[in-house]
Amino acid sequence: MKSHRARVAAALVLPLALTACGATPDEVTADGKVVLTVAMDAGLEAKAVEAFNARVAQFEQANPDIDVKPQEYTWTAATFTAQLAGGTVPDVLTVPFTDGRGLIERGQIADISGQVAALPYASSLNPAVAKAGQAADGKQWAVPIAAYGQALHYNRTLFTQAGLDPDKPPATWAAIRSAARQITERTGQAGYAQMTQGNTGGWILTTLDYAFGGRTEKVDGEKAEATIDTPEMTEVLSALRAMRWDDNSMGANFLYDWAGINQDFAAGRIGMYVSGGGNYGNLLTQNGLKPADYGVAALPLADKPEAGVLGGGTLAVVSPNAGDRGKNAAVKWIDFYYMGKLTAQDAAVADAKTLAETKQPVGVPALPVVDRATYDKQQEWVRQYVNVPLGQMKPYTDAMFDQPLVTEPTKSTQEVYKILDTTVQKLLTDRGADIAALLKAADAEAQHTIGRG
Amino acid sequence: MAAVVVPPPPAPRRRTPSTWVRRGGLTTLLFLLPLLLVFGVFSWAPIAQSVVMSFQQTNLVGPVRFVGLDNFAQVLGDPLLWTAVGNTLWFAVLALVFGYPIPLVAAVLISEVRARRGLFSALAYLPVVVPPVVAVLLWKFFYDASPSGVFNTVLGWAGLGPWQWLQNPGSAMPALVLEATWAAAGGTVIIYLAALAGVPAEQYEAAEIDGAGIWRKIWHVTLPRLRGVLLVTFILQIIGTAQVFLEPFLFTGGGPANSTMTVLLLIYDYAFASSLGGDYGAATALSIMLAAVLAVLSALYLRVTKSWSAS
Repeated sequence: MKSHRARVAAALVLPLALTACGATPDEVTADGKVVLTVAMDAGLEAKAVEAFNARVAQFEQANPDIDVKPQEYTWTAATFTAQLAGGTVPDVLTVPFTDGRGLIERGQIADISGQVAALPYASSLNPAVAKAGQAADGKQWAVPIAAYGQALHYNRTLFTQAGLDPDKPPATWAAIRSAARQITERTGQAGYAQMTQGNTGGWILTTLDYAFGGRTEKVDGEKAEATIDTPEMTEVLSALRAMRWDDNSMGANFLYDWAGINQDFAAGRIGMYVSGGGNYGNLLTQNGLKPADYGVAALPLADKPEAGVLGGGTLAVVSPNAGDRGKNAAVKWIDFYYMGKLTAQDAAVADAKTLAETKQPVGVPALPVVDRATYDKQQEWVRQYVNVPLGQMKPYTDAMFDQPLVTEPTKSTQEVYKILDTTVQKLLTDRGADIAALLKAADAEAQHTIGRG
Repeated sequence: MAAVVVPPPPAPRRRTPSTWVRRGGLTTLLFLLPLLLVFGVFSWAPIAQSVVMSFQQTNLVGPVRFVGLDNFAQVLGDPLLWTAVGNTLWFAVLALVFGYPIPLVAAVLISEVRARRGLFSALAYLPVVVPPVVAVLLWKFFYDASPSGVFNTVLGWAGLGPWQWLQNPGSAMPALVLEATWAAAGGTVIIYLAALAGVPAEQYEAAEIDGAGIWRKIWHVTLPRLRGVLLVTFILQIIGTAQVFLEPFLFTGGGPANSTMTVLLLIYDYAFASSLGGDYGAATALSIMLAAVLAVLSALYLRVTKSWSAS
């Protein structure tokens, strides 16, 4: 009887033991090459995949000791850690600025600061942008490869239908309010809409807070304090409330996330909304935007010294599962593939040519990752391939370099965004919402979260 | 209880490994092994792992720290938990009030129909065939809060609306229940139809001879015969509604202002919404608590209804 039980117990325990197997760092091929898996955007056109593979071949030729294996991968916050633990994350991948600091603090990406410091442009990275990939001690754990500032996107066709001049988009928040009212009155569409869901509500509310001269947290060394209950945030919420409840110019959907608002904007249901300055690419390729509809303007800033534009972008990072050889190879790849098209003429032209051939947008406004001189040169190299309506982006591109860029909050960023999601949702769906009480509650909750994090 | 004389069982013979093998124990184990492995790897091991994880602080990458009951204390101290519990109960109540009787009524009506019964059963079952995510996306169009939304257009014909549906904290949850009922009713209808087919026709005939109308037939014949099935579907519905996730996740993300935040969505949020590794300890702690509550509830329910279900 006992032995029978033991057998059953063994049968039950065996699977547990089987699941406890782990991954080993730095896979090496039979001929001694280090294997490097690199992220390739999921769902690329066949030509783009071909171009990617061609770049891989070039890289391998220049680096005979590295065997590059492309892996279709697009970063999503929800699945990242589970994939990391399961060993299915590529060695090199890209993540948004928002999560850079958190990943570094939790040791969920590799410290490649030593290798990055050796890159020729390490010291000339745009400081406002480089910060997103730095640890608290200033070491560059992640390489910024693209950057943008938030902007006001608007529908030129709706502007015209509403009797507004599409070449003169609103330059103040009061002007945004009156334009929104006019669009709703004359076209029946939402004059101004805002994201509220999946942490994007907090992201955009923080953007507006910065534009009004506020900050959502104050960091002093190790200590961080939530600063949500402020006169600036009160102003932001009052402006939104006026549009929502006095003018009824914010449409009927108050549960937008990034994908949803892009979809409705491209479909001509939204007059204006705030999002990243480089959003044109997604609107065009994923949502079927008619290029003639599109306009983008600089985000109106309050007349205060602290008022600024929230910046964002993309970081190239390395999986913590990579060993030393893997890390060296990874930084070489980042330098070759991501930074090459920003710093070297051949790579920049080849990249722009492929994009243009596959009907992907070339010339979408972006902020410099390296110094301005290199950026200007890069723009010149790819000029002949530009296929976006640059004239319609002028209200943004004329002002984007003059607007002060402010990085996202660094402490418990996503968690605080989530708290602010609830704040903005409550404001937009409950007519009786008390702004002072909302901010007091959000401030206390954020303080608790930051303290715990 | 009838007095039945049960013969005493034969004295058990000593079982040695060799008798076990001779009686085909090895073959049994061999046949059982694939099942044990599959269940072990994909069901029991994750459950065991999550119980362990509920006492740990981990981001799955860095070192693991045992924190005792801290995760449980943290979850119980989270004000959002009580909002989620309240919302889940609200969903369960609404789903019971609307979702429980509708399939029963539909099944009784279909069973009463003489012609094209198969067609009506198929129509009732159709929503179950639609993939849940597709159904939700479809209903998102129906619930579009602008005057051009499908439901609002229909209401507009009667001079009503536009209603806010998902965009209002008060109406969001009932809107989710409506879709969930539509999506799930078909499966229950089929179960009831099968049970109804087992009701002997003579009983209806006898009731008819006694002068019973349709309602009296349902009350005195149909429902008593269905009692066992009704009790099982009731507890399954309670367990199902306590674990509601898909609708709030896809329709509202828990909004507006947490008015559709449910316990399971909160578990998901603990683990995944904060990105960067989330709070797996808190997520598993709340999962264990939910499982425990449901297990206790089911046991109590079965005990209480044991005497009722014997027909």
